[in-house]
Amino acid sequence: MTTRDDILGRVRARLNRTDANAATGRIAIDTLLVARPQGPRPQVDPEKSALVARLIEKSLAQSSTVDRVATLAEAPAAVAKYLRDNSLPLQAVIWPQMGQLDWLAAGVAVAARGAVDADLVGITGCFCAIAETGTLMLCGAPDAPASVSLLPETHIAIVPASRIVPGMEDGFALARAELGQLPRAINFISGPSRTGDIEQTIVLGAHGPYRVHLILLEGQ
Amino acid sequence: MESRSRQFKANTLAALSNPGLQQNMRQAKGKFVDKRAKSIRELDDFDGTRTAAAAIRNRVLDNLDLWLEKFEASASARGATVLWAKDADEICRHVVDIARRHEVKKTVKSKSMLSEEAGLNLALEAAGIQPVETDLGEYILQINNNEAPSHIIAPVVHKSLDEVADLFEKVHGTPRKTEITALTREAREVLRSHFLTADMGISGGNFLVAETGSVALVTNEGNGRMVTTLPRVHVVITGIEKVIPTLEDLSTLMRLLPRSATGQSISNYVSVLTGTQAAGDLDGPEHLYYILVDNGRADLIGSEFQDMLRCIRCGACMNHCPVYQTIGGHAYGWVYPGPMGAVLTPLYTGLENALDLPHAATLCNQCGVVCPVKIPLPELLRKLREKQVERGLRPQGERRAFKFWARLAASPTLYALAAWFGVRYLKQLAGGRKTITSFSLVPEWMLGRDFPAPEGKTFRELYAERGEKK
Repeated sequence: MTTRDDILGRVRARLNRTDANAATGRIAIDTLLVARPQGPRPQVDPEKSALVARLIEKSLAQSSTVDRVATLAEAPAAVAKYLRDNSLPLQAVIWPQMGQLDWLAAGVAVAARGAVDADLVGITGCFCAIAETGTLMLCGAPDAPASVSLLPETHIAIVPASRIVPGMEDGFALARAELGQLPRAINFISGPSRTGDIEQTIVLGAHGPYRVHLILLEGQ
Repeated sequence: MESRSRQFKANTLAALSNPGLQQNMRQAKGKFVDKRAKSIRELDDFDGTRTAAAAIRNRVLDNLDLWLEKFEASASARGATVLWAKDADEICRHVVDIARRHEVKKTVKSKSMLSEEAGLNLALEAAGIQPVETDLGEYILQINNNEAPSHIIAPVVHKSLDEVADLFEKVHGTPRKTEITALTREAREVLRSHFLTADMGISGGNFLVAETGSVALVTNEGNGRMVTTLPRVHVVITGIEKVIPTLEDLSTLMRLLPRSATGQSISNYVSVLTGTQAAGDLDGPEHLYYILVDNGRADLIGSEFQDMLRCIRCGACMNHCPVYQTIGGHAYGWVYPGPMGAVLTPLYTGLENALDLPHAATLCNQCGVVCPVKIPLPELLRKLREKQVERGLRPQGERRAFKFWARLAASPTLYALAAWFGVRYLKQLAGGRKTITSFSLVPEWMLGRDFPAPEGKTFRELYAERGEKK
């Protein structure tokens, strides 16, 4: 007997499993997976300006920083300003899907690829953002590699206001609707990497970024 | 991991007489409790969310075989290999086999309590594979001669900054640092090189999503992401009870887990990982394995202890436990400390191997009140005590005493007589003081307690006198 059969066999015996109740059970499972009931959710005002305000408030609470511009075309200049203001190099690894913007004009040298250890700044977009907790939802793809938001010390994310949703459930619903099957990696990111392991004192920059900076596109 | 729960009393006395540990525990307890209290107020319906979370967990446990089949089918469809392990040895065998198959020399690990149950690091080392713990707390323990964690969320809660500073100086051979930020930076640099050169990542799994065949990983440091993004092989080790139906259920549980664990609205990183690297992907593992572990869990299904399998490993019960706060986690002697550990350890390692643990509780129900999935922990502890009696596992002296007590309590005359003598004896023993501080019949029990001295008459006598006055 395989270990699988042994474990499942004991579970079945303990649940008094029969062919008949297994069949009803499987129908119940399929029904549930279609209905996908939700639990109680905190109230989040779904109106666009309220979502923007809440995302900003919660992102700041997560120790992220936020800048606001009108359109995607203004993002490179905002990135350059942030890097200069924080004495960071004007050089970044970037998601290939964001590479077509005019970075040259803004004075930022970008490399569109996955991140390597030496990259100090990573620029990403986001699949959507979650207002409830101030969270970015990133979906991995060939033109959106997960390493760019992970290895560099600074992570800059470009967030269109139209992509802010109230809660995590809405992010998943959007993923189902737009992507069909889930990508290999969905990463929810809420502020810089941190640890509280030594004396329960919070320190930023454990293994991932020390800084997370959102550039909010209010007109998009 | 070998259990030291039989030495609970000795472990406890050692913990109580360790001033450093006492200081560290005192410092930690307020932080956990206050942060949680503040963060749960952000939810409009915290209790309703707990009820929903308990229902999600019950829904799966009541049909666990079917949900496991569902998860297995979904995960396999996305290219994962699903393996099963009955016990610690089989976990280790699977992991070593996988490592050999893919010619792995080094593996980076994100925190996994099941890896602790299995004693996996020793098995990997014995097979010539280097395991590197990457959670800061777990890393500190590993470089301190594979010390055991004392908390499921904060593994080094028992250590002070000074102890970590000494350890890093000794092991890394770098100048001693006393700032927590500098120590964290040093660990980051050491571990970054391991992330970049490891062939395999090992993680636990906070939840397995049946609908999509995904594993959800919750971390703050980002090590969970590193371990599952960079190496070419990823092995997930989880208990069979970790399945949840949908991503909506994950959303509900994620409102409770970080708040209950660390008092955060959400942890920094929540990763939902599904399958292997897709065509064109620039990162992610080429091979993904799930090891679904029994190790005592299957036999709790349908039993009076099934409620315990709802546990989502947040640690709130220990953070709020007056016993844990006083003795720390090591005293419990196995992987899981605090109230959840006092229930799980006897169930997973044998009732007879952890006789003291179900008694290491005041039954004050702080744990039951804070549990995000409403596990009736005090009730389960009481049931374990009953099991010990049923199976004749209590010491002979205690069994005799209770037999004697039962006989006494069953006879009104004998009971009245014993009480009459008892109050007079105890009054005399108190010698005019209001409390009795030592009593040779139960010396250990009196170590931490004073007993109020009776004034000289039994309840029955006082009641009779009151009747006469009327």
